[in-house]
Order: sequence, then C-alpha cells, then structure tokens
Amino acid sequence: MSTTQQTQKPATAVGTVAQWTEDRTGASKAVREFGRKIFPSHWSFMLGEVALYSFIILVLTGTFLTFWFKPAMGEVIYNGPWTPLRGVTISEAYESTLEISFEVRGGLFIRQMHHWAALLFMAALSIHALRVFFTGAFRKPREINWVIGIVLSMVGLGAGFTGYSLPDDLLSGNGLRIIDGLLKSIPLIGTYISFFLFGGEFPGTDIVSRLYTLHIMILPAVLIALIGAHLMFVVIHKHTQWASPGHTQKNVVGEPVLPTFAAKGGGFFFLIFALVAFISSIFTTNAIWNYGPYDPSPVSAGTQPDWYVGWADGILRIMPGWMEFYIFGYPISLNINIAIIIMLFFWLIAMVWPWIEAWMLKDNREHHIVDRPRNNPTRTALGVAAAVWYAVMWAGASGDLVAVFFHMSLNDMIYIFRILFIVGPFIAFFLTRRICLSLQRKDRELVLHGHETGQIIRLPHGEFQERHRALTPHEAWTLTAFEAPQVLPAQPGKDGKVSGLERMRARMAKYFYEDRVHPVTKAELDAAHADHDAEVEGAHDDTAGLEK
Amino acid sequence: MKLLAARRRHPMALVVLLLVGMLLTGGAYSLFTGNTTAKADEYSASDIEQGQKLFVSNCATCHGMNAEGSDNGPSLIGVGAAAVDFQVSTGRMPLQMHGPQGQVKPAQFSEEETAQMAGYIASLGPGPAVPDEEWLNTAEGDSAAGGGLFRTNCAMCHNVVGAGGALTRGKYAPSLSDVSEKHLYEAMQTGPQNMPIFNDANLTPEEKRDVITYVREVSETPSAGGFKLGSLGPVAEGLFIWFFGLAGVVGITLWLTARAK
Amino acid sequence: MTSIEHSGGQGGQLAEMNGFENPGFPEHKPRITDSNPSAERLAERQIAAWFILSMIGTIWFIVAYFLFPVGDSGPLVRIHTMAVGLGATAALTGIGVGVVLWAKNLLPDSEVVEERHDIGGTAEDQAIALEILDQAKDESGIARRSLIRNTLIAAVAIAPLPAILVFRDLGPLPGDKLFTTLWGPGVRLCKDIGMIPEENQIMPIKAADVTIGSAYHVIPENIRDSGHPLDEKAKAAVLLMRVNPSELNTDPEREDWGVDGIVAYSKVCTHVGCPVALYEHQTHHLLCPCHQSTFDVTNHCKVIFGPAKRPLPQLPIAVDDEGYLVAQSDFTEPVGPTFWEINTRETNA
Repeated sequence: MSTTQQTQKPATAVGTVAQWTEDRTGASKAVREFGRKIFPSHWSFMLGEVALYSFIILVLTGTFLTFWFKPAMGEVIYNGPWTPLRGVTISEAYESTLEISFEVRGGLFIRQMHHWAALLFMAALSIHALRVFFTGAFRKPREINWVIGIVLSMVGLGAGFTGYSLPDDLLSGNGLRIIDGLLKSIPLIGTYISFFLFGGEFPGTDIVSRLYTLHIMILPAVLIALIGAHLMFVVIHKHTQWASPGHTQKNVVGEPVLPTFAAKGGGFFFLIFALVAFISSIFTTNAIWNYGPYDPSPVSAGTQPDWYVGWADGILRIMPGWMEFYIFGYPISLNINIAIIIMLFFWLIAMVWPWIEAWMLKDNREHHIVDRPRNNPTRTALGVAAAVWYAVMWAGASGDLVAVFFHMSLNDMIYIFRILFIVGPFIAFFLTRRICLSLQRKDRELVLHGHETGQIIRLPHGEFQERHRALTPHEAWTLTAFEAPQVLPAQPGKDGKVSGLERMRARMAKYFYEDRVHPVTKAELDAAHADHDAEVEGAHDDTAGLEK
Repeated sequence: MKLLAARRRHPMALVVLLLVGMLLTGGAYSLFTGNTTAKADEYSASDIEQGQKLFVSNCATCHGMNAEGSDNGPSLIGVGAAAVDFQVSTGRMPLQMHGPQGQVKPAQFSEEETAQMAGYIASLGPGPAVPDEEWLNTAEGDSAAGGGLFRTNCAMCHNVVGAGGALTRGKYAPSLSDVSEKHLYEAMQTGPQNMPIFNDANLTPEEKRDVITYVREVSETPSAGGFKLGSLGPVAEGLFIWFFGLAGVVGITLWLTARAK
Repeated sequence: MTSIEHSGGQGGQLAEMNGFENPGFPEHKPRITDSNPSAERLAERQIAAWFILSMIGTIWFIVAYFLFPVGDSGPLVRIHTMAVGLGATAALTGIGVGVVLWAKNLLPDSEVVEERHDIGGTAEDQAIALEILDQAKDESGIARRSLIRNTLIAAVAIAPLPAILVFRDLGPLPGDKLFTTLWGPGVRLCKDIGMIPEENQIMPIKAADVTIGSAYHVIPENIRDSGHPLDEKAKAAVLLMRVNPSELNTDPEREDWGVDGIVAYSKVCTHVGCPVALYEHQTHHLLCPCHQSTFDVTNHCKVIFGPAKRPLPQLPIAVDDEGYLVAQSDFTEPVGPTFWEINTRETNA
C-alpha cells in the first residue's frame, strides 16, 4: 500500500491537502472507521445530544465570562451604572458580575446564555437519563455507560452549584450559608469540613476563589473526561434501536455519519445554540443586580436554589424537626443529614439498578433492541415512582411560592408534601404498573383482532358485526417483537441447596414480574384467525383495498 | 380530600405559577399613577362627626361602637389616621370575610369619606398621621440607601424587589409593585395586619422615603435581561426551562427526525 | 465497508420472535425532491435562503453591537441584549435550519444497515491478550518477587498522604469560634444598616423607641472593631421585638432577660443558618423564609413548625444609664445550625 501512496499524485488542491494530512496522521483509517457509522434516527435518541451541545455552549460562554469575572471577595464601593447599589460596599466578585451585566457589550447576553444553558444542560441530561431508563437501554453491555451518566448528573449538579455561587450576591450567599449548615450537621467532622471549605468561619473571604477553581477547572475537566468516555462507549456499543421491522439484535439501522447524520447533528447543534440564544435575548435569568451584595443578615422571600439543587432544598423543608436528637449530648441532625443521605441513596440505587434487574431475571444476554416502556411494566412503574419521589422533593422547594399563588396555607403545603413524600411513589408505582398492563392488553387486542374499521356488516345468519382489518406484518411485528420478563424460580446452587440469597432473588422476581402480559405469538394469532375465520378473513379480503 | 386536591392541582400549579409570573412581567410596565390626599391634621369638627357616623354604620360591628375593639376586631384607639387611610383606601377594610388576612379590593369609600373616618379615629387618640407629600417624593430619595434598608427590613417577607412572599398559615406579604407611595409609607408606619411597625425611630421619614424610592425604581426599571418571569428567581427559571426550553428541544428533535415528504 | 444500503423489503439477518418472522424494512417511499427536479431546485433555493438569513443575522449582530450602547441601569442594556441576542439567534437558526433541510431533502434518505459485532474480541484476540499479560507477569516477576511487590504497594499506598496533608491549612481549626459572638456585657444594640461604607454611623437603639409591634434588625455596636465584620455579623445578627408583656410566657429563669416586653433573639436559624426574620407582630411568630421553620416569640422562640429543632437563642438585654439597650452578656448557647461539638463547652456568657 505504501508504495502506491508514494506514487499517487493528487489531481486537485483538495486532494493535495488530503494527501498531506493522510501521510502525517493516517486519517483515512478514522474516516473508514467512523465515516459510515450508523446512528438510528428517532427523536428520543437525540436528547443526550442536547445535553452535549448545552455543555459546549457552557464552555464557550463560560470562557468569555472568565475574562471579566474577578473571583475575589475584597470589598469595593460600587460606582457603576446600577443606581440602587451606588455607594454600597460590595465584593469584587459581585462588582465584576455587575460590570459584565451592565458595562460589557454583549456581556449580559452571554451571561444569560451561560445560565440558561446550565439549566438546559441539567434538564436535557435528566430527560435523556429517563429515556435510557424507561427503554431499558442501560442493560448489558451498556451498564458502565449508565453509571457514567449518573456520575455526570452528580458532577453536573456540583458544577452548577459552584457556578451560581460565584457572583457573591445575596441569593447565592444564602445558598452557601445553607451548605455551611448542611456541612456542620455532619457528625464528628462537620465543623472541620466547614472551616476548611470556608477558610475559617462562614462566610470568610476565600470561598469564591475556591469555588472558582472548582467551577472553571476541576469540574469541567471531570465533565469533559466523563463525556469523552460516554461517547467512546456509544461508539463501541453502537446505538440501541427500537424493535421496528428490519431491526434485529445483530444490526443497527439508521443514517451514516457522513454525510447525513453529521449534517443533521451539526444542524441540530446550531438549532440548540439558537434556542439558548433566543431565550437569553428576551428572558432574564439570575438577575443578580436585584439581589444585592451578600450580607449575612438579610434574606429574600422565595430564596431557592437553581432547579437541579431544588430537591435537596425540598428535603430540608419537608423534614420535621424531631429528626434531630442527641446521644450523650452529641447531636445527630437527621433532619439535615437526610438530604445528603437521600441524594446519595437515589444516585446509588440508580447506578446499581442494571445489575439488580439482570440479577433478578438472571439475564446475562446483550440487549441492543430497546423496550417500549409499557412492555416492562415493573421497570416503568419503578421509574415513575422514582420520578414522582424526586418531583415531590423538588416541588417541596417551591412550596412557599405555590402557596402564595393559590392562596393556600404554607403549612398545609408542607403537610401535603410530607404525605406525598411517603405515599406518592407507591401510588405512582401501582398506578403506572396497571396502566402499562392495560396498554399491553390493548396492544394484544389490536394484534389479535385488527383495526376497527367502523363498517358494520351483516352476517348470513343475521348477526351484525364490525369489520376488523388485520394488521400488516410490519404493524404486527412492532407490537409483538418483545419478550415478557421470565420469572425463574429459585435454583439450587452448586452444592445442590437453594441459598437464602437465591430464594430472595426468586421472591423479588416473582413480586416484580409475576403480573405480566405476554406478547401475541404467531400460534395465538393463527388460532384467533381460525376462530373468526369467516369474519376476519372475509373482512381482510373485503378491505384489502382500504390499506392503500 | 386535601391530599386529593393537592394531587389534582399540583402540576397545574406549576404551569399557572409560570403564567402568573409572565403576567406580572407585563404588569411591571404599567406606570404607577398614585397620588396623595389632603394633609393629615386638617380635620374639621364636622369631618370628625361625619366620620363617626360612617364608622358606627360600617365598622362598629367588629371594632366596637367607640372603636374600643371586640372579639372580632382590634381596638382602633391610637392607630392614627394613617392606619385608617391605608386600610380603607386599599379596600382591605371593611373586611369582606374573615380569613388569614384582609384582601386588597376596590375601595368602598370615597376619598372624602375615608378622610372623615381617619379624622374620627385620629381624634380618639394620638397616632401616626397621613404622611406629608415631602416624604413621598421619590425624586428626593436615595435608592441605594433605600435598597440596603429594604433588604434588611423588608426583603425577607416581600422579596428583594417586592414581588411578595408567603407567611405562616395562609398569610402572605403582598407584591409592592403596584402599591402607591402613600400606602407604602403608611404600611411601614402603621404595620397593617401582621407586618411589624417601623416607627420614625426605626426608619426615619427620610429612610422611609429612601425605601419607597428603591421600591419604585426596581419595579419601574425594565429588567436589563428581558422579561422578568415575575422576579421570582430560580423557581420560575427552572419551570421555564422545563416547560418552554424542553418543549422547544423536543419540537426540534421531532422536526429533525421526521422524514421529508 | 461494514454497512450496506438497502432500498426496502429486506434487512440483514432477520430474526424470528414469538413465532413471527421479522417482516423486514418497510417499502422505501421516495421524496418529492427525489423525483421532481423543480422541487429539488426549490429546496435548494430555500436552503440558500436560510443561509442568507444567517448572514443577515451575523451582520445585524455586528451592527447592533456598535449601534446600541450599554452602561445604564436597565433600558439600554435590555435593548442591547435583545438586539445582539436576536441577531445571534438568527445567525445560528439560519445555519441550523439550512443544514438540516439540506440533510432531509437532498441527502440520501434511505436507511443504512450496519452489522453489530460482539463487544468482546475474538477468541484469538483474547488468547493473545492473555499471553501478553502472562508474559509480562513472568518477565517482571511480580508474582514471584513478593518483597518488592509488597513494599511497592505499601509505598504507593501511603505516597498520597502528603498530598492530602498539604491541604491542612485550608482553614483554621474551629476552636471556640462557634461559641463566641461579639455580644458581651454592655455592648449596645444598634440598627443594622446593611452594607453601607465605613463613614456612615451605626445608631444605637433607645428602649423607648421600640414601641409595641416594632421589629428592629440589630447588630452589635463593636461590629467594625473586628477584623472580619461579615463573619461576626453572621453570628451576631439579632432581631429585637416588643411584645405586650402580658402576652409573653416568660420562663422564670429568664425573667430579667427582656426590658418591659422588649426581647432579643438570634436571627440565625438553628436549622441551617438562614436569617429568620419574618416577624408577624400579631401572631408573634418568626418564620424562616428558606425552610419554613416557625418560632414562637411568646414562648422563648420554641419551634412550632418546620425542620428546626432547637429554639432560637435569646440575647439577655438591659437598659443603660442613657436609655440605650445593651446586652447583659453573650448568648448563653451557640447560635446557628447544630454542629457536633455544640454541647462540649460553655459560651462566653
């Protein structure tokens, strides 16, 4: 090969450049590997890209902001254009943020893009995670990528929090004070952690520069590394796909990277960028000039964190005070610690779920065809229960605003959230599972009996019946190509005995997957056809023309 | 039942919260058109007499025949003309019904009648008078000094830009964006309902004027960033990105992956 | 080339499921632009129009950047932000929509199939990999030479300790800082004036000025004597209220901590430290706006609702010779959120 390369003389200028690059980088191998890689095209598969693009926007706009922002807490007297603060003592961090907002051309636009993109990043990441969960796309061989995704959401939360705490305004300062309280409540070492983080007593003069380093260097570096690994695994595993006609476990059907997917993906990036730009040009976000400088004495009504930290704040609001107790005079502040405990618990369960599900069903196969959510009612129900639980905690953080707008009592709102915190997930679980099972039955019905046509026919013996049109093989495949989870009874181990763990596994599997609706099999369909031979066959013949 | 009601209302609550927020944003543009009434200490004997008649027929059921108070309403002796002017001309009094707190509604009495009742109450005992024009002139005030005072003394209930907030058991601190200078002053001075009283030692008349100047300035200055989403901060912004941002995203993905005709 | 194009009707290795045979790809329907040259030309022009819109947006951004100044307290910045922002939106939308339309209307739209391969390598790959690892094990002798292996592991394990230790000076140890505030015998209670420059005076409060129903936000008069006024304010902030003495259920031990119904409580929530400052002067409730803990001023600020556990600490106050309110001592218990050592020592009081 190399000898032919030497002798080839490119005919065009582009060819010359390509050859020059090729000789030095071997790019042809990469083009051959990735150029015709296939990506399935379905709207729900594009949500992760939104998170990726938001992150790119964050890096671009964030870099711009660093050129003006001063991560320092030295005091200055404000003398800028915002009159309600003129002559007030404020920190350099706050002053430089005001400068970006009011005196740097395009500064407020870019600051708002940065903040809106952060809110969108976390929102897109969340619905992407929900999509992956509900379709079972986390199953073997994608478990590691699922865990990376969860870690990304944790680090993303940290990146967001360290970011909105930087301007040193009243709102973010009170947020930091809550973090200080949260840290101090940790048994044994809490006070020390707080003193080390703040460089002494709260608020001190170090916290902004420390958060700055985390926010612009360490957390983005971690995010970039994780995103890189996440994308690498997407390439290694290839994308999952729906159980559509022609799709199998052994293939992946869609658009090649070059040219179609690259064009769509590239265009999509610009569209997401445009969406963020549009929102940022006409909707205010984080109006720090309104909040005033941080001062430990004042506070604003409606003091809430950005949405992705809201659930932690909601937990703090929902918990009753009796959860703090003392052992030999030492406090156990469960009313506060529980926020950290619940968040870690939530993330941990999410991370290990792929293994729990595989273990319960003793399923060690690779899965490249994703489930329709209804076809795994238990997983879907658990997912909705977790989402409802999260939503209750999240909504708990806005109880005061909701109370004002609905002229309800703030206290009643909190009682309601306390009740929902306990019962909400259970109601959601049972309700969702029932709904999924009903939808599955509806699918079965449809496959077995065909579409209703609205045409009434009279049979020779006088009976009236509605004509049903049988599904096309393509329609039938989409509705039947899934397997109901198999409950495997407890199996004896190598020593011939059934272990306690195995018995527990079998019990869990039975509880979770006993109620299930089987997909229609060919045999069942044939039997159904035979039963109603006259009508169905006849109907099919009569209405064959309607299909066109 | 409460549980049921909350479950039913909850998702809507979020949507409506956002819509209300956007309405408020629009409302912020409507220019303030308050003015002030006659000076406080110019009540003639006939005004006071007339005021007493109005009081007896409209207020005495709750506040007592001589404003000495009853189980249904507090004593008004010594609350001053400012309290009467505030409560009656914002429509809070007479109460429509008993509840966590009196609601703002169209005033039930004319300016003249209100002044007559104020005169009557002022005659019962010394109390704060309706403020002088001088202390309502925001051109004279210092919004930066007022902002500091507002954040320390007012923002915890009314929010940093006076967008309002919740109190305990159904009570709330109202939004201040549409409240006139005079009513802002009277509220500080008399502490209506559960609001603390800020007497002239706590906030001097100059300081009250600074506070009013600040409230006016932040509610009348258009937000530099665009629509304010109700000035409610992160909750409104989070809801916005979930409902509008993600709706936009999903719309784009649907268009992107749909086949061309 | 691992992918094959298909034009409908067939797929790769089709699987069977539940007895049904995979019917293969649905028939591929051509687009208007595939068969109609004039539609194709129209699509081309449309796409170009979007790119032109993008250029207009970019130029508009540049013009707006110079045309609309910034530097006032709102209206100008708003116009500038909106003008440049919408320019950028148009520039980005034009490119995005144009490229996507190009892909959707003019690029091939038939689906392409790629075979999946096992994630794991072939048996041969795995065997070679094992062989390499075994060889490395043998050559390095890591299994045999346990002394150097174990000492290496130990050395690597403790090597990060200095890297952790150097962070020790991130902050001082807590010491008794959480047990002391600036309050002490005779310290006057002054009005909190917010973040106002040094030259403004701090005004002490006379008992006579605190009328019933009043609420004063209070700082100690010596707030500026300390090196870190904000750190001190974060602990020393106090709310001063006057309640009709008949409504107060005063603990006999604290009989002389107030002055004729005037009482002072720490403003720092015992939950996670937000300023508890929402005073309802008729119900005498204090509400924390962050997490809704509610304290009852008439019962020494005991918690009556919400996530806080401990009552707000009370500052014992008195009146000095000139009629000003002064502290009798420091707080008798630590202010602010609960922390592990909270009961391990006494405060300065």
